[in-house]
Amino acid sequence: MDSARKEWLLNAVMAGALFAVPLWALMANEPFIITLATRIAILAIAAVGLNIALGLGGMVSFGHALYLGLGGYVAGIAAHHAFNGTPVFAGLPGTNQMLIIWGVAMVVSGALAAIVGALSLRTSGIFFIMITLAFAQMGFFFTLSWPAYGGEDGLPIFVRNQFPGLNTARPWHLFVIAYGVLILALAAFALLRAARFGAALMAIRQNPDRAAAIGISPFGIRLVAFILSGMITGLAGAMMADLTRFVSPAMMAWTMSGELIVIIILGGVGRLFGPVAGAAILVGFEVFFGGLTEHWKLWLGLVLLGVVLFARGGLIGLIAGRGQHG
Amino acid sequence: MSLALVLEQLLNGVQFGLMLFLMSAGLTLVFGVMGLINLAHGSLYMIGAFLCAAVAGATGSFWIGLVAGLAAAAAAGALIEIIVIRRLYDRDHLDQVLATFALILILSEGVRMIFGPFPLYLNVPDALRGTVSLGIVDYSLYRLALIGFGVAVAVGLWVLIAKTRLGIRIRAGESDREMIAALGVNIRALYTIVFALGAALAGLAGALVGAIQSVQVGMGEPVLILAFVVIVIGGIGSIKGAMVGALLVGVIDTMGRFLLPRIFATFLDTSQAMGVGAALASMLIYLLMALVLIFRPKGLFPAHG
Repeated sequence: MDSARKEWLLNAVMAGALFAVPLWALMANEPFIITLATRIAILAIAAVGLNIALGLGGMVSFGHALYLGLGGYVAGIAAHHAFNGTPVFAGLPGTNQMLIIWGVAMVVSGALAAIVGALSLRTSGIFFIMITLAFAQMGFFFTLSWPAYGGEDGLPIFVRNQFPGLNTARPWHLFVIAYGVLILALAAFALLRAARFGAALMAIRQNPDRAAAIGISPFGIRLVAFILSGMITGLAGAMMADLTRFVSPAMMAWTMSGELIVIIILGGVGRLFGPVAGAAILVGFEVFFGGLTEHWKLWLGLVLLGVVLFARGGLIGLIAGRGQHG
Repeated sequence: MSLALVLEQLLNGVQFGLMLFLMSAGLTLVFGVMGLINLAHGSLYMIGAFLCAAVAGATGSFWIGLVAGLAAAAAAGALIEIIVIRRLYDRDHLDQVLATFALILILSEGVRMIFGPFPLYLNVPDALRGTVSLGIVDYSLYRLALIGFGVAVAVGLWVLIAKTRLGIRIRAGESDREMIAALGVNIRALYTIVFALGAALAGLAGALVGAIQSVQVGMGEPVLILAFVVIVIGGIGSIKGAMVGALLVGVIDTMGRFLLPRIFATFLDTSQAMGVGAALASMLIYLLMALVLIFRPKGLFPAHG
């Protein structure tokens, strides 16, 4: 079997398993497992967003937690005002409708990504890594010290936001929402990768000078990719806030940005299902080893080090072999 | 707001800046010579602080602790370089970020396993206790000594790099590593030495700062991020840039936290001014870094041309 077919099969197995395991948990009345699967799905959505910038565009953003946190705060602030019946500002009411919140989270994250991207893409290499980190740190310290929405203590969401036709208080319903959005995000990623835009983006990653020589403007294409990337991660942030019913500056911490990169690397950079595999490994690792030893992060570090040093294609690369997109 | 208070804050800023310089010098050397981003630099700072606190606690002498902390950080640095870092020199930045991120997890948990989850406390040595009068202000003797230490190490580092054979090799390694390898310099050993030197400086900073902060797991990461801000502002690979960047970051951060809430208090009510001032002050240095990168994408003192 060639590696493309193997990867396709592996993707189908992962998509199936991510649905089948919580379905089994529903039958067996194990809501904890459903919630874990929901977390995997939402983290995977966030990483799909980063994978556009990092995997396809080769832009190592060390500050994607900024969009995750921003999306989270959009959900938290909207719910906070809807719950209190106070306006967000100038008569604009809060809302508890997920669909509206998602839209706002994506627009706001996209707008911020446009600013950060336009400034950061003037640099490259380690400077790009550091400037994206700097912007995320600004967001982190801003939310940490801004008292209006809880500051350091974070902002609880007392009643989970609503989705038409489903009861979001039930773990299974929330999982179905997250799974649906994940599939949509993966489809968007696949379409983007297959489109002319994706080809141009990957060409720029491989050689910006040659891409420019055949008439592709690196800056414009990269910026659009960075904005799309921020929007999807922002969407995931809004969903994450609803899952945990809590938003705090920790969502914007630099370790969160690191974790998103780790997810992509563990799964396989630029692979369609890399984020799903990576998120499943990370959450699985935390739950399994976290139950065995309080020092599970030591083992996570060793595994991560091993993957970086010896298994550069991530899990999917190990199983399906090196792809053409490597 | 008296002049004495402003002067005290200014000295605090300089002291903070010099400690940041100790951290940044190693980071910028390692990047300049080996082209490596080392996120685990903060862990070496933590190792220095923990060893210093533990040995000082056991022997009763801060100075023995300081030497132990410095030596432990240097040894840990050399070991890490030989086992892991060496394999990362010809990898891309993404791999370096990830592998050293993994090292942070390993080292933090390792220290937690050895020293336990509770913070250690390190006392200021008796000889440096109390305050000293500087005309209009009484200033902490220990903090003043830290300023002296920082300046002395900076001068020592300058002598090492500008005047010694090792320094010549380090500078040669920065400009053309193939060439100096061809000239018969053992480049692997040189890299290990440079990495251990950076680690020793980080460990020294950790041990010195450990006496005015609590020594705990995770103490290295905030300093690490600041050190990155410093070297990006200064120009990666430049020791001079690290010094200027460190002092800028130290003074601007300290003075921002001190002055901004007071400035806002002149036209906002107190609690609001505190909130806005504190929020803005904590973002100030990242704002500075973003501005520097936007207008001088290679930092204030670009190391290579």
